[in-house]
Amino acid sequence: MLTAPEIDPVHAPTGFIRRYIFSTDHKVIGMQYLLTAMFMALVAGALAMLMRLQLAWPGQKWPLLARIFPDGMAGGVMKPEFYLSLITMHGTLMVFFVISFALLGGFGNFLIPLQIGARDMAYPFLNMLSYWTAVPASLIMLASFFVEGGAASAGWTSYPPLSAVREAVPGSQWGQTLWILGMAIFIASFTMGGLNFVVTILNERTKGMTMMRLPMTIWTLFIASALGLLAFPPLTAAAILLLFDRHFGTSFYLPAGMFFGNKLLPHAGGTPLLWQHLFWFLGHPEVYVLLLPALGVVLDILPAFTRKPIFGHRMTMYSLWTIAVLSMIVWGHHMYVSGMSPYVGEFFAIGTMAITLPSAIIGMNMIASLWGGTLRFRTPMLFAIGAISLFGTGGLGGIFLGNATSDIHLHDTYFVVGHFHYMIGGVTLFGLLAGVYYWFPKMFGRMLNESWGKVHFWVTLVGFYSVFFGMHFIGLGGQPRRYYDFTKFEFLKPFTEMNLFISIAAFVLGAAQLLFLLNFFWSWFRGTKADSNPWQAATLEWSAASPPPHDNWGEKLPVVHRWPYDYSLPEATEDYAPQIAAPAGGRSGSWR
Amino acid sequence: MALMQEEVIRAGDSESQWSPALDNRLVGLWAFLATVAMLFAGFTSAVLVRRTSPDWQPIPLPGILWMNTILLIASSMALERARALAGQERPREARGWVLAAALLGFLFLSGQVGAWQQLRALGIFLPSNPHSSFFYILTGVHGAHLLGGLFGLGYLLVRPRRAAALNLWATYWHFLGGLWLYLFVMLFVV
Repeated sequence: MLTAPEIDPVHAPTGFIRRYIFSTDHKVIGMQYLLTAMFMALVAGALAMLMRLQLAWPGQKWPLLARIFPDGMAGGVMKPEFYLSLITMHGTLMVFFVISFALLGGFGNFLIPLQIGARDMAYPFLNMLSYWTAVPASLIMLASFFVEGGAASAGWTSYPPLSAVREAVPGSQWGQTLWILGMAIFIASFTMGGLNFVVTILNERTKGMTMMRLPMTIWTLFIASALGLLAFPPLTAAAILLLFDRHFGTSFYLPAGMFFGNKLLPHAGGTPLLWQHLFWFLGHPEVYVLLLPALGVVLDILPAFTRKPIFGHRMTMYSLWTIAVLSMIVWGHHMYVSGMSPYVGEFFAIGTMAITLPSAIIGMNMIASLWGGTLRFRTPMLFAIGAISLFGTGGLGGIFLGNATSDIHLHDTYFVVGHFHYMIGGVTLFGLLAGVYYWFPKMFGRMLNESWGKVHFWVTLVGFYSVFFGMHFIGLGGQPRRYYDFTKFEFLKPFTEMNLFISIAAFVLGAAQLLFLLNFFWSWFRGTKADSNPWQAATLEWSAASPPPHDNWGEKLPVVHRWPYDYSLPEATEDYAPQIAAPAGGRSGSWR
Repeated sequence: MALMQEEVIRAGDSESQWSPALDNRLVGLWAFLATVAMLFAGFTSAVLVRRTSPDWQPIPLPGILWMNTILLIASSMALERARALAGQERPREARGWVLAAALLGFLFLSGQVGAWQQLRALGIFLPSNPHSSFFYILTGVHGAHLLGGLFGLGYLLVRPRRAAALNLWATYWHFLGGLWLYLFVMLFVV
């Protein structure tokens, strides 16, 4: 449980509500985010299962589902418009309400003060407010399934005119309005959290914890927060304009001459491309907001299970920054088929190719970190290696999509779906799970079950490759994304069995995650007790008690003497030195 | 802005705390202002794109905007005066100038509503054409941020001895003043 064993009577809140519900303790807030993310993952995952059900057996009757969705699955058969809201909400929930919640809200809040040696975040009250803004945002998104017309159906990208004309499809009515509202509240919540992360990392570090001594998780969280803070506001601006187009008759995104039914819409002069630019100005950096913290988690886990420092520490750090900066100027590679000038397209293609360089450096450094190490294949390590594998495979697909020439063929096919699931679906999921297995003992003072963990890993890895690897090839074959039914197309007939296989693999992948949930909740209360540093890791959080008390450090804050990856030291008897260990002979260390 | 008020519990560990170059609240404020700047950068790019289409018809400049601009500049100057007085340990006089700044800010906001009414009288409404749409929306969003600033100045009036808070709110207020000048130029001059 989250109880703090020895708590300062002055500061520790008493009473269930102040302690666990409206808590300002960063550890509790992190846990709240993590649990919320797990719940949202269940919902968003179930939506994916429904989609695969339809794609494997199109038009099949599922009487049981008719009871849950009396409208979208009337008579047990899925309606096309319901399928559209499934893809929209699966994407939206997974990107913003699962991965962002878990990696930034969950790990960010739990780890930042512990890894930098602070007692709490810089603004604890704002932190609580951030979580309690995220909750209504989630509820609004979930509620949108039950309004007239169903949930939003314009895709997670919400391109106009589907998103801007209320008459367009059923989901363009209330569902879309709630989508915009939910996103606006989510962005407010993210902004509060992001400000808190940036200020805390800059200002609340303990004595000796220089910026270069911060572990990679903190660096990536810092970069991701800064990136999110700068990239989300333009989407807010875009959403405000969208709201006015929808409800107040303006024409930012809508051109003249649009008919719906027999009705001519009063709009004139707008362009949907404006939305696409503004959306992807957020949308592309958002990929890295999610991806970088997952890489940071992997980079922090590797040394503990290889017993050597990560390879190319500084180069990795510079590469992370390079990716962040470049990610702000490559959004156009999502829009090669929008009719943009080939010269502009070439600019975006070159920028995108430039991102492959720092990405390759990071990937190579991660592989080199394994080289010559004393590998310990515990579950966190397995998931970390899995994430490296997916980063490589997914990155390879990115090269094809980043080039305008090949992207024009691949655009809006399952190649894209396969690619981005490897990156923001796979690397993030594996990084996230690696992190949960790794920090679970710090969170709850108990270990997750190792055997279940290994089963979970292997089924997830094989399942993941089975689902998304094949998608690249049916995408090359021209199978378009977002279609409700492929049986009507002669040229897609050869892929019928592949689609069936992908669906079955997806069900297995989904079921494996239920095993993880079982392990999580069972181990929370019944798992083997863990001591404060079960992995013999060097980073600062392992010097706190497991679970840490309310003020994290007891009476005195820790003082940091070295960088976070001091493993296999030649002069030491132990094979690692925690960051708080003073150097032998009073040598005051360099930045390391 | 609650972010200004909540302090970290750090009783008893000052001996091992290094002091950062910039105060927490100042770093937080500037990070927040960066997000506001990016919000209006998003709007700006929308204006630049939309302005090139043939249906863009410039609306006449509502005359009251000149007066509003002067009011907002005067309000910022009053706040600077308050800041100087607070620095000289003269909180009572500083409070008077904060009150003046808040009143001028309120007059500015009323003047913005007046500008809307001037346009309405000419038959120019929100959906009339893209220029008017942007004018109404951008002044509205700017006004909403300024309203938040007014609450901040109200807080300063209740708690006149908080010199640090005065500095923060003055920074926020000046930023919004500069933002207004920028919007004015973007919408009507260039």
